[in-house]
Amino acid sequence: MSDHPASAAAPEVDQDRRGFLTFATVATGAVGVAFAAVPFIASWSPSERTRAAGAPVEVDLTKLEPGQMVTYVYRKKPMYIVYRTPEMLKHIAGHEGQLKDPDSKDSEQPAYTRNATRAVKEQYLVLDGTCTHLGCLPKARFETAIPELGSDWPGGFQCPCHGSRFDLAGRVFQGSPASTNLRIPEYSFRGDTLVIGVAPADKGVA
Amino acid sequence: MGGNNDALPVRTGFMGWLNKRLPVDQFMRDQLTGYYAPKNFNFWYFFGVLSLVALVLQLVTGIFLTMHYKVGETTAFDSVQYIMREVPYGDLIRYMHSTGASAFFIVVYLHMFRAFLYGSYKGPRELLWLFGMAVYLALMAEAFMGYVLPWGNMSYWGAGVIVNIFGTIPVIGPGLVDWIRGDYGIADATLNRFFSLHVVAVPLVLLLLVALHLVALRQNGSNNPDGIEIKEKKGPDGIPLDGIPFHPYYTLKDLVGVGVFLILFAVVMFFVPTFGGLFLEAANFEPANPVSTPDEIAPVWYFTPYYAILRAVPNQRLGALLMALSLIFFFLLPWLDRSPVKSWRYRPVRWRVALGIFVVSFIGLGYLGMQKPEGLYVLLARIFTVLYFAFFVLMPFYTRGESTSRVPERVTFHHD
Amino acid sequence: MQNRWMRIAITLVAGLALGSGVALAAEEAGHEGAGHGVEWQHWKAGNEVNNQASLQRGAANFVNYCMGCHSLKYMRYQRMAEDLHISTEQLQANLIPTGAKPTDYMLSSFPAADAEAWFGRAPPDLSLVARARGTDWVYRFLKGFYVDKTRPIGTNNLALEGAAMPAVLSDLEGVKAVVFAAGPAGPEGREVEHFETVAAGRLKSEEFDGFVRDTVNFLDYAGDPSQVRRRSIGLWVVLFLLVFTAFAWLLKKEYWKDVH
Repeated sequence: MSDHPASAAAPEVDQDRRGFLTFATVATGAVGVAFAAVPFIASWSPSERTRAAGAPVEVDLTKLEPGQMVTYVYRKKPMYIVYRTPEMLKHIAGHEGQLKDPDSKDSEQPAYTRNATRAVKEQYLVLDGTCTHLGCLPKARFETAIPELGSDWPGGFQCPCHGSRFDLAGRVFQGSPASTNLRIPEYSFRGDTLVIGVAPADKGVA
Repeated sequence: MGGNNDALPVRTGFMGWLNKRLPVDQFMRDQLTGYYAPKNFNFWYFFGVLSLVALVLQLVTGIFLTMHYKVGETTAFDSVQYIMREVPYGDLIRYMHSTGASAFFIVVYLHMFRAFLYGSYKGPRELLWLFGMAVYLALMAEAFMGYVLPWGNMSYWGAGVIVNIFGTIPVIGPGLVDWIRGDYGIADATLNRFFSLHVVAVPLVLLLLVALHLVALRQNGSNNPDGIEIKEKKGPDGIPLDGIPFHPYYTLKDLVGVGVFLILFAVVMFFVPTFGGLFLEAANFEPANPVSTPDEIAPVWYFTPYYAILRAVPNQRLGALLMALSLIFFFLLPWLDRSPVKSWRYRPVRWRVALGIFVVSFIGLGYLGMQKPEGLYVLLARIFTVLYFAFFVLMPFYTRGESTSRVPERVTFHHD
Repeated sequence: MQNRWMRIAITLVAGLALGSGVALAAEEAGHEGAGHGVEWQHWKAGNEVNNQASLQRGAANFVNYCMGCHSLKYMRYQRMAEDLHISTEQLQANLIPTGAKPTDYMLSSFPAADAEAWFGRAPPDLSLVARARGTDWVYRFLKGFYVDKTRPIGTNNLALEGAAMPAVLSDLEGVKAVVFAAGPAGPEGREVEHFETVAAGRLKSEEFDGFVRDTVNFLDYAGDPSQVRRRSIGLWVVLFLLVFTAFAWLLKKEYWKDVH
């Protein structure tokens, strides 16, 4: 006649061994599950096709007129390239008191653009055109003293979604919902070509 | 130890809160620690759990494949290459899914065979068997449609041949085929609807049928290798004398089974995922080509027994009918088998011989379904087809009058 | 209970091993002892996808001799360079046509329309040829060109009867004629009595064989670029699962001591 399984109180049961083996099995199993999850989670990372599409973008600068802005898509984001005239460059200075971060201390930009004009070559402004507030695309408002922006408006960008304003170096004005300056991607020059996505070889002017 | 009718201990804290709102402890007791399964389960009793594991595997890998697969006759094939080459670990996920499909059928066939050995389809478990057969049919539909999705040349031509079988149905056949395809040949419309069915509809049906299957199992409890009802011999506490709690005994035993299954699965998936062309056919590495048929159109291995029966009959309509019948007979099994004895261990020689002949015929047909239908193969396929049907058709006669004299009172641990 | 199944399992495995050993030996013996003719239908590619140097040579072979007509439309130059450890400079200098970027797919510049007009059909993409036909078949194809004056193109192929492709490797291999054995064609093509050299090539026989093997190796890689990594991951997975199953088994046995 066979019986039910022995109860836990019976002296033959080696609780220590059971405890150890349970722990070993559960621990190994948990590690296994974690490793098994890796391929699935990793499969969400940008694929090779996405990374290829995210390859550096080249812009032929000879086509750009002074005062003109063109937009190129790099890694799904619009890049603003502005050929700043000497007049526009003058309007970058003189309103530091109205800016949240005039020296770009908190700004997302390469170290080699940390200068007065936030550019490698001062006449070419290269910006990530997505507003640092919630991602809309600020519009170009390059003329000075536009009535609705004020008589002291030095020229720059204004975001249509929530009204953030930036100057001709992409720095954010006080009173804007955005808190940081417009971002700058890695970029460099190769002769008359601007290469967005590639830093200069010597980290300075190419 | 009390039975399941004692009140559960009252819990405090989070578990107390939870148990007032959801019958967690009761579920654990009724289905696991207080569910008594026969203690003499052997090797053949692993395959139910393994079927569940295979189902979960297919669902998870299928979900992740759908994130990258692009349905459409111009994009599907390329998107599979994209998954294999450009999605991080996409090759692993894809091979997990293709290996999983074949693993699912291996495990399901072994699971079904257990029922033959031990009479698990007999009363009161007839409905359990029917739900299981429904799962099997749904699984075949799911696998067939899944194989079309990569839109390789075998996907295309295999789909064409199988859908054409429906054209043999009298009167409605030709119209039915156009309706299934949504076009005058296998086309983009067909691919799109198969995608929807394969990803959404049939998985839901499968989940429902599996749930019903498990509920029906729980209703009467499991059969066992000796084919005796353990609930007929209970102790004074109401617990079957030959029963042991499912948890921890069978949860732990099944865990080992799962480990072994995963080892074999991993070996195939990482090292031989095409399995010599059986799991992934070479012709499917070429895109669908309406003007070029592969040298040999054969369905994937798990369909070949039925394919062999289809081809064995020289008449197209009759062959299709016989193929359908070959599946329908499975559903009738609980009523064709007249023996009061469940397990083959206690049944006479003539039953064992019949079962042996059936197994040989089924495997033989499976092999023949993969070969070109020429020469000796044709004759063999016909012989096996006759034997296959004889197993079922003659069963009411050769299973009559079996005596129960050798069936033991209590479960045994002897080998088959 | 375990002992009986262990004995069965061991017998099965032993039987399988013995059986395959015998079959293999028979196959080998069949080739060497046959004596008659060239057993081209049994030529094996024998390539090793782990051999990086071979793959690099094969990549160069493909770019120089095949990409004029055939593309690898699922393979990016960049991916190939990473997997085969080819530096960017080497890639740019030797393997990328002018104007193409490293992230581009390896496409042939041959206009498909011209191909159909000249050869009767467009040269197929070769990304998956090693998987669709098998490496052995590709090997036999590349070594199977022979002179056939009955065809406008002047050549034919043992592995692909009526091939539209000309013998583009003939300056390396040389030109050969085939003397067929008497009797009808077998299921795998016609039996060859022997080859006759019509013109010598720049490479010796073993060198050309190596050239073909490297190229087939590269196509094997191109058909499934992740295969080497997958197998190395697989080894760790199987080892891990063995450890897990061992623990699970010990745990099961411990608790089942309760059951009699």
